[in-house]
Amino acid sequence: MADRSMISIHGISKYYGPYPAVSSLSLEIGGGEFFSLLGPSGCGKTTLLRMIAGFVEPTDGSIRIDGQDVTGTPPNRRPTNMVFQNYAIFPHLNVEENVGYGLKRLRLDKTEEKRRIGEALEQVRLSTLGSRKAHELSGGQRQRVALARALVMRPKVLLLDEPLSALDKKLREQMQVELRSLQQAVGITFILVTHDQYEALAMSDRIAVMFAGKLAQVATPKEIYQRPVNRQVADFLGGMNFLSATVTGDANGKVAARTDIFGDVVLEKPPGFTATEGKVTLGMRPERLRLLWEGETAPKEIQGTVSNRHYFGETTHLSIAVDGLSAPLSIIETNNYGADDLPIGADVRLAYDPDALVLLAE
Amino acid sequence: MSGRLRLLPVFVAAYLLFLYAPILLIPIFSFNNAASTTFPLAGFTWKWYVTLAGNTVMLDAARNSLIVGVSVSILATLFGICAARAITRYDFRGKRLTSGLIMAPLFLPEIIVAISLLMIVLAMGAELSLLTVILGQTVFCIPYSMAVLVSGFEGFDRSLEEASQDLGETAFGTFRRVTLPVVAPAILSSLLVAFTISLDEFILAFFLTGTQQTLPVYIWGQLRFAAKLPSVLALGSLMLLASVFLLTLAEIFRRRAESRKILQEVPHG
Repeated sequence: MADRSMISIHGISKYYGPYPAVSSLSLEIGGGEFFSLLGPSGCGKTTLLRMIAGFVEPTDGSIRIDGQDVTGTPPNRRPTNMVFQNYAIFPHLNVEENVGYGLKRLRLDKTEEKRRIGEALEQVRLSTLGSRKAHELSGGQRQRVALARALVMRPKVLLLDEPLSALDKKLREQMQVELRSLQQAVGITFILVTHDQYEALAMSDRIAVMFAGKLAQVATPKEIYQRPVNRQVADFLGGMNFLSATVTGDANGKVAARTDIFGDVVLEKPPGFTATEGKVTLGMRPERLRLLWEGETAPKEIQGTVSNRHYFGETTHLSIAVDGLSAPLSIIETNNYGADDLPIGADVRLAYDPDALVLLAE
Repeated sequence: MSGRLRLLPVFVAAYLLFLYAPILLIPIFSFNNAASTTFPLAGFTWKWYVTLAGNTVMLDAARNSLIVGVSVSILATLFGICAARAITRYDFRGKRLTSGLIMAPLFLPEIIVAISLLMIVLAMGAELSLLTVILGQTVFCIPYSMAVLVSGFEGFDRSLEEASQDLGETAFGTFRRVTLPVVAPAILSSLLVAFTISLDEFILAFFLTGTQQTLPVYIWGQLRFAAKLPSVLALGSLMLLASVFLLTLAEIFRRRAESRKILQEVPHG
């Protein structure tokens, strides 16, 4: 994954008037890493990407790329290339001319230039469309042209600004897989900006979750999803059951707590967690709770009543009211055992795994 | 309903005939071997066109029209570029009012504009010349240029310039390789539209010209002499041809600009 540091961001801030879009943020991104900046719109992720590209000058702090301080260097002299959100395909040039645009300045000889354009088009599987005019391309093809145009420059870092948001769902999922394998094939650092948590989870080596100009958590997809550090991250990454608990002990980086329905549990302390007593919030992902059918038993069970049901084709989302809980628990069941036919008001038993509980900072 | 539908083609045919038949008469009579414009036609001739070629007054007027047309199209397009860029790229107070005021000459009675310009020119003690015609027609053409250019510039996406810079190009290189080629069709279209309008503009030219006439003013002067009519028709046919040619060219460029604009909206899929 991360062999060595490719991008080193130190104490970077960007103020628009008195408002910080990004505030004193530091981050290391490794060589050959697929790194995602994930957050809601307005969280500063695009500003951060544009500071790495050089389109936005930081108010404070510095950026190093491959050991070189690039703070203040204009975009045309940075070893980065970008895939823009709307692809920014040059409308007056055909596919080959678009891909060769940046090579023209390198003054390569004609055969070498042609070879590199061909190679880039091959990488994005567009070899047959070299002479197509820009306006004859579909959205997916335009995106491939934008990718080839950036990759042909052999950048140290490829920046992708919400590259899949303009595509329909099916194509988006296909491009996620393709982008990931393309990154592994070329082996350069990719930095992806997205507000789509599934996209980030599916493609990244590591994800940085951003809120209000600050990093909330930087970790692998699995860690971010299963061990979110706080309520905000947990909530942004998908469905989560929030439960309150009372701290009963605190030792060796672990916290003992008492819950209303899961009894006494011992939890790992997330970084930045300070409370040593009183009420805390725990989280459990909906898919970590499982319906028990007749005859089935589990080491840990609780009783409840179905209070709501939503059908999603492959899955059914159920709300289960449990005595002693103010809000019902959400669970997700695949539809091969009849969860989609459970009537509202049915009494059910749920199996749970106490290890799936996470302690969340507020 | 079907009755109404059958009447519609008839109406359209009558409408088009009424609109274009008189214009078609001009080239027809310009080749007619007779001094009067009456049917039946008296046979084919090139002679009216030949007399035109030897008419130095007319050739002077044609040269004047060319000077005025070229100057007006360049000036109106330059001002139009400034205005269109300001309107499409920046947000400022009074933007709607400003663009409204720039477009207003389109809707003002041209003769009133002509008289007011004449009054100002005379009040300033300036001499009436081709220069005053150029200035007057420029004011009149800016709205047309601006309308064409705004529609062309609206499609221009800043991220194109950023993409160019990102690919290693300098600011000047970006202007030369991206900005200019992308907006070029709109600029050409504006030049052609302004030139065509100037070429057959009569009222401003009539009021603001000194001793040097433009073609429309020359034609108007010739209409007093019945014998000159066939030559005028020949000249008119040539101008008609030039206008149609220039406007067709302008439309081709405008459509090219339009197709580049559509590209900015990424289709789904």
